[in-house]
Amino acid sequence: MSLLEIENLSLDIGATPILKGIDLSIEQGEVMGLVGESGSGKSLTALSIMKLLPSGARTSGRIDFAGMKILSASEDEMCALRGDDIGMVFQEPMTALNPLKTIGEQVAEGIRLHTGASRADAEARARSMLERVGLPSTKFPLSRYPHQLSGGQRQRVIIAIACALKPKLLIADEPTTALDVVLQAQILKLLRELVDENRMGLLLISHDLAVVAEMSDRITILREGAVMEAGETARTLSAQVHPYTRQLAQASMHVPVRQVHHSVPAADRKAPLLTVENLTKDYHSQRTLLFGRPQPFRAVSNVSFSLDAGQSVALVGQSGCGKSTLSRMILALEKPTSGAVAIEGKTTVGMNDAALRSVRRKMQVVFQDPYGSFNPRKTVEWLVAEPLHLLEKQPTKAERRERVEQSLHEVGLKPADMKKYPHEFSGGQRQRISIARAIITRPRLVVADEPVSALDVSIRAQILDLFADLNQKLGIAYLFITHDLTVARAITDEVMVMHEGKIVEAGKTAQVLSQPQSDAGRMLVEAAPDLHRALAKKMQEQG
Amino acid sequence: MSELGAVSEDGFLKKAFGNRSFVAGLVITCLVAATALLSFFWTPYDVNVLIVSNRMQSPSLQHLFGTDQFGRDVLSMIMVGARNSIAVALVAIIIGMGVGVPLGCWAAARGGYVDDVLMRFNDVVFAFPALLSAIMITAIFGPGAINAIIAIGIFNIPVFARVARAGALGLWPREFVLAARAAGKGKTLITIEHILPNIANLLLVQGTIQFALGILAEASLSYIGLGAQPPMPSWGRMLFDAQTRMVVAPYLAIFPGMAIVITVLGLNLLGDGIADTLDPKLRRQR
Repeated sequence: MSLLEIENLSLDIGATPILKGIDLSIEQGEVMGLVGESGSGKSLTALSIMKLLPSGARTSGRIDFAGMKILSASEDEMCALRGDDIGMVFQEPMTALNPLKTIGEQVAEGIRLHTGASRADAEARARSMLERVGLPSTKFPLSRYPHQLSGGQRQRVIIAIACALKPKLLIADEPTTALDVVLQAQILKLLRELVDENRMGLLLISHDLAVVAEMSDRITILREGAVMEAGETARTLSAQVHPYTRQLAQASMHVPVRQVHHSVPAADRKAPLLTVENLTKDYHSQRTLLFGRPQPFRAVSNVSFSLDAGQSVALVGQSGCGKSTLSRMILALEKPTSGAVAIEGKTTVGMNDAALRSVRRKMQVVFQDPYGSFNPRKTVEWLVAEPLHLLEKQPTKAERRERVEQSLHEVGLKPADMKKYPHEFSGGQRQRISIARAIITRPRLVVADEPVSALDVSIRAQILDLFADLNQKLGIAYLFITHDLTVARAITDEVMVMHEGKIVEAGKTAQVLSQPQSDAGRMLVEAAPDLHRALAKKMQEQG
Repeated sequence: MSELGAVSEDGFLKKAFGNRSFVAGLVITCLVAATALLSFFWTPYDVNVLIVSNRMQSPSLQHLFGTDQFGRDVLSMIMVGARNSIAVALVAIIIGMGVGVPLGCWAAARGGYVDDVLMRFNDVVFAFPALLSAIMITAIFGPGAINAIIAIGIFNIPVFARVARAGALGLWPREFVLAARAAGKGKTLITIEHILPNIANLLLVQGTIQFALGILAEASLSYIGLGAQPPMPSWGRMLFDAQTRMVVAPYLAIFPGMAIVITVLGLNLLGDGIADTLDPKLRRQR
């Protein structure tokens, strides 16, 4: 008998059907990948197993876990199960820990609750568990608080909490989505090891096909609350029998069609569009002693590069390497400590606001979070028109509307969308609005900070196409900031690898990503999940 | 914060009318306001005419709430007193918001020493017991409704400055504000277009709370004789006049006391209702 068996599980919240007859089973020591786009019901399937559904949810069907009927179990029985036999790892390491409790307390808490162990015993077990997940108590004492740890370290603590009692089943809901590729690879490796050591079942929920392909033995593909296809990972993903499976696989490997940027011969080359010279940014950290001198933290250190008109360049690196700080200094949103940024030969450092306006017209920005980048109280027309403020001659109302209309048209939205508010759009559509806003002044340079990492694979493919298309039509140069090498590979001519505030490697995209020279570059390339590679490996293993 | 902002206008009203404390608060507040407005045109008896032969009558059909020691109708006095209470609290809020919100927004936008100086000054004002300082102000400039308004208004300033600053600080690092900066907009324009509409909710909730506190403060000042001066009726002074006659005529204290309690309760319910509607997360946690 399987460890977990779900049969014909349906879930309604209010009058809305969410899950429609889901079948799924997990054996001991098996990794089951649950894949689907946002809103497909992945997380609610997991919450059904834990019986942690929102109020007003009605379920039908059958969930058996180790011989127990979950759907008819009482709350007391579920409490005994949760955290003991079933552990859960959440997506957001920043909010899944209680900021007021030490990591030792948080790991020991579950141990004491379920085993009745004394404080000392529980702490000893917590210590060995934290050591197991790579946080040895010599370097990370139990008295650390969550805010003293990085995102990857926090996710390790969460895994330690979930695995402390050697659960039979671990549910990991997008455990690495909030982490960069290098940390992702480390966390996935840890999960795999824990599964092998304890013969746990693992339900790995992800929207990233490459991650699932690498990790899972079997895979279930979900769409709009129904199972599209299920089976052995390698066979399912390589055969692609179901059209939706094919669509997902193609979208996650999608490369937009684009002409290679032809570099202008040196003779007729004008000044580069963007030059960055010896740019440095120090942040003052908090002083540790009242009269001690605060130690400056160097976020960006002596960075120089240049970018030509129409060129598309990626800036890749782990989180915290200074990518975003660099981009904000280029956009003149933050003052550099030293160094210079010049747009078309005009240096922006030390310019006053009035002078900056003519420069800002030439560079615009697209942010990562399609939800946070709009004022929720303004209409799309107002939001897209916002950069028109930079024009010397303010356009009339009619001109303004016309430009907004054209800009929306270019990103594939309808003029009727002007009157709507941001919350009426999906994530992908919002990112289109964000791009429409960025191109309305016809800038020469668009800085895009992780523009597709919050999007589903099929939406991501569409947005990448749009970027490529606009590059060709309008000759806009891009600076893509990303930790996702597939994005860099898909859409840029050149890549710069950033590590601890410095640019450690730069060159043609294909070359850097196939034969990285620097350690940081190699680390990124090796850690990046790759569907082709993962499948080839799986095929070999499974014969 | 994002949930706070995501509620569209018509969605807000629809939700609000499904909220019990909002509806109850709104009804009570509207009733009180309507009573105050009505008193401009009609009261059962003229409050400025003293009929000594009618003095100290218990509640009856002629005088629903009875009469005071000068023979004035208590119901009429409460109606006219509502005007005074609402006017004082409302103007005090306008002073508090009008000065406090710009200060708070300025502090959040500028940061650095401007922020430090303004907020420390705020702390200093907070450190004075509000009512004692109001007594001091009215004692120096003389008692009266205008001085009471100024005194209460001054102590509303740091409250609104703090709320505005805290809300604005949370918004400045948001991406839509960065996008506005990338669009070359200055701090003043960003504050007007992006910050203020998004902290309006917070200010509205704080406003209803301060309104209730203002009514209490006005009653307290009048009670010790520093608010509205006779013959202008005021709830606080009615309480003061009633206290020496508590045994013979308890209704003299009960009715103005009830008026204060009901008004403050209504405003607090209204504030709670708005806060609940705007922040569904907060509501679930309660």
